[in-house]
Parts: sequence; structure tokens; C-alpha cells
Amino acid sequence: MTSASEAWAPTASLGMLKKRAQLYTQLRRFFEQRQVMELDVPALSPFSVTDVQLTPLSLSCKPVQYLQTSPEYYLKRLISRYPVCCYSLAKAYRGEEAGPRHRSEFTLLEWYRIDFDDERLMAEVKDLFQFLVPDIPYRKLAYADLFIQHVGVDPHRAALEELQRLSGQLTSYTGTELGRSECLDLLFSFVIEPKLGEGLTIVFDYPQCQSALARLAKDSQGRTVAKRFEVFCHALEIGNGYWELCDAQQQRQRFENDNAQRAKRGLTQREIDPRLMAALEAGMPACAGVAIGVDRLLMALNNCQSIADVISFADQ
Amino acid sequence: MASYSTNEFRSGLKVMLDGDPCSIVDNEFVKPGKGQAFNRVKLKNLKSGRVWERTFKSGESLEGADVMDTDMQYLYTDGEFWHFMEPQSFEQFQADANAVGDSAKWLSEQDTVVVTLYNGAPLAVTPPNHVELEVVETDPGLKGDTAQGGSKPATLSTGAVVKVPLFINTGEVLRVDTRTGEYLGRANK
Repeated sequence: MTSASEAWAPTASLGMLKKRAQLYTQLRRFFEQRQVMELDVPALSPFSVTDVQLTPLSLSCKPVQYLQTSPEYYLKRLISRYPVCCYSLAKAYRGEEAGPRHRSEFTLLEWYRIDFDDERLMAEVKDLFQFLVPDIPYRKLAYADLFIQHVGVDPHRAALEELQRLSGQLTSYTGTELGRSECLDLLFSFVIEPKLGEGLTIVFDYPQCQSALARLAKDSQGRTVAKRFEVFCHALEIGNGYWELCDAQQQRQRFENDNAQRAKRGLTQREIDPRLMAALEAGMPACAGVAIGVDRLLMALNNCQSIADVISFADQ
Repeated sequence: MASYSTNEFRSGLKVMLDGDPCSIVDNEFVKPGKGQAFNRVKLKNLKSGRVWERTFKSGESLEGADVMDTDMQYLYTDGEFWHFMEPQSFEQFQADANAVGDSAKWLSEQDTVVVTLYNGAPLAVTPPNHVELEVVETDPGLKGDTAQGGSKPATLSTGAVVKVPLFINTGEVLRVDTRTGEYLGRANK
């Protein structure tokens, strides 16, 4: 935090702001070389996401306008009309998030590749990092393997009671009862993530209960997994990707499940974005997409402890 | 007492946990990309002095603890209780050996100390960081022994025993750091 007398000043150093500008230039060069087009989509929409863990920011106009938690829905609508590989480099907004690695307003790089699966897109993420940092160490690990190694259970098959027991045992958690996804989040964040080490780590094949907008498939062990991957740089979580779910009916069902979960927790229901649904029904091309937190990327590459160090006015 | 949510946890906030009043030492917000957010919180149990680490779901609340730090004057001890007076109201409080703890050996009558009140009753006593106390007993210093190392124990008027340089004599007033129990020097009086 800047002191009261310096509250007017930027929170990032000039050097860091220059690095940020250089990063944007490099990102644009990377995508230009691969013929992925930059797209500018709205930050506002009359609809938001049903995700249980995300709280959107909204404007008090009539009808209400929500600031988008990511450009995903607009980009998917776009590629459903024009099937082009495209990226967005813009601000995203999420309420109730502030901390050394979080701000309500942050920058996301999100891109979509027509006809790629998650494997091919993960390879492109690796290419991007090696483009930015040529000698960066790299590894790719299955979510299940990380759990087996650090927690001792198969996250896809373990019983809920066992996950709850391990949650309490390994993280000093003593609050209200945790659901399956919450146990996995807790164990992953507290036990596994700190051990991911230096360099680029991509974790793939997520649990079914955390599939969000990713397709489901069977892995090499016959387990049903979500074709979702997360990107970590120097143990800092910076990205999330999917081999996208194109089936409108399945997607609607997932959104309805989200709302049922919201109801259970006393959270307001969120109207399912009818325009996204219409685009999926019209036919979204098979594709894979990924979003990287640009502020987090800068933090990781420059060894910053706080996101305030990389944002011009992190405390406004 | 008010309730505090995890996003209101700040260092120094007093809350109840497992029936004991605690002070928050640190609060870390941990959230996986699209997952449940948690707060990893370090708390100091004000009764036992122990530091705990606990994890909560973001948004969970803890009850505030009625804990207040107040400056008071130390009056005297009757062996069972230590008596203090709040200088504005003249209200008197008595603290037992548990509450006074280690600070008993640094208390001189009339000293201003910090008394931590929990639900209006003394929970802990914190002496000033530095106190000046007279040496009541120590082996005599050898003439000329002013410079080199070496130390000996000295008993102070409150009963505290500190390590002092060899040249210190009975009757001298010393400045001591109550947090470390270390001799700092002779009092500048």
C-alpha cells in the first residue's frame, strides 16, 4: 500500500511499467506470427456467469450491466459466427477479490484456436513461454499424479469423507463441512501448489466436478476427467484452459447445476446468458481456449511478491 | 459482540476461536482460479500465548472478542493477586498469577503497564519495554574490572535475576529490556 501522503502516486515502478509495455509488444508479435487475430470485445453485458465462486461487479443502471469476469462468452459468440483463431488482451473484473495476488480489476490474455484439442493448446502455451523466456524449465503433469504424489489419494476416485479428513489433517481447516470440489481446491492450493517449483508447469486432466466449460473424456486409466488445464509459472497460478465444450445441452445443464449450488449456499441465482446459449445452439466450432493473467505473468517473470508492483494504480 | 468476516481480518483484530480470545497475527487470501477461496490465518491465543494457524473458507465469520488493552498503574501484590488502577476512573483491577505471568518480575509500584482486559477482567499484563531497577544482591565487582567480557548474575529489587557485567555492584540502578531480560546499561539518573 502506498502511504497516505503518496496515495496519488503509481504503485508500479517506471521500470516495471516499461516491462509491461514490452510484454504487450511481445505478445502481439507472438500472435501475429501465428496468425491469431486480436479482437476487442465488450467489458459490459446484461448477463454474467453462473460460476459459484465468482462474484461479478455490476453497474447500477437499468437494465443492469455486468462487468465481464472474462471475455469468454463474447469470444465464443464471435467464433460461432466467424470461425477465426483470435485473442483478447484486456481488463477483466471480479468482485470481492483483493490480496497480494488479486485485484478486482486485472488484465487477461485469452485466446481460442479452432480445431485444437487441449494437448495442442498446451503445447502452444509452452511455445509462448519459451518465446518470452527462452530457457524456462517446463513440465506437464496430470492433476491425479500430483495428488497421488503429494496427498496420497486419487482425486478422481477418493471418497468425499477421505478428502474431508485429509483437508482437516493437512491444512488446519476447521470450518463448515467442505464439498468435494472445495476439498480438492483446498488440498491443491495449500499442499500441492507450493511444491510446484520454478519454471512453467501445466497441470491437465482436471476432476469432473471442476469441468466448468471443458469437455469430458476418459484418461489413460479409464477415469472420466475434464479436459481442462491450468498454467503455473514459478508456482504461481496464472492461467486456465479448456478443450471447449460445444454441446449446448450439456453446457446448459452445467449452468443449471451451478445455480442449484448457488441456491444451496444462499447465493443469488444468475440468469444463464441466452446469447451464449444461442451461439452454442447455432454451432460453435470445435476449439480449445486458454486465459492467462497478464499481471500474474509479470509477477512471476519478475519475481514480484505483490500484484501492486505490476499494476500502474493497484490501489486507485 | 460484533462478528468479523475473513475479509475484515486485520493484524491485531481480537476474535474468539474455540472459546478463547485470540489476536489475529496474519491473514493470507488463497484462491485457485475458479475455485473456493480460503484464508490462511495465524492467530495468537491470548490466554495461552500460543500461535495457531487456522484455515477458513473466505466469507466465514468469527465472533469478536471483548479484549481491550488499557494503561494502568501497578499498585501492589498481596501474593495471590496483583492490583492495578485505571488512572482516569480510579477503578481497581486484580490480576491472578496466570494473567500477570512473567511480567511479575519486572513490576515496581507506580509503574504504568498495559493490562489486557477480556470481558472486563485482566487477561494479561505487559510491562514497559524497558525498566530501571536497583540491584539488591550480587557478588562484589573487582576493582579495575571495567572493560572485558565475563558476566555474573544480579538480583534486582523485583526479584528478577539478570546477567550483568562484572563491574556492577549492589545498589546500582540498571536499565533492563523486559522482552529479552537483558541488561542494557546503568540507569541515567
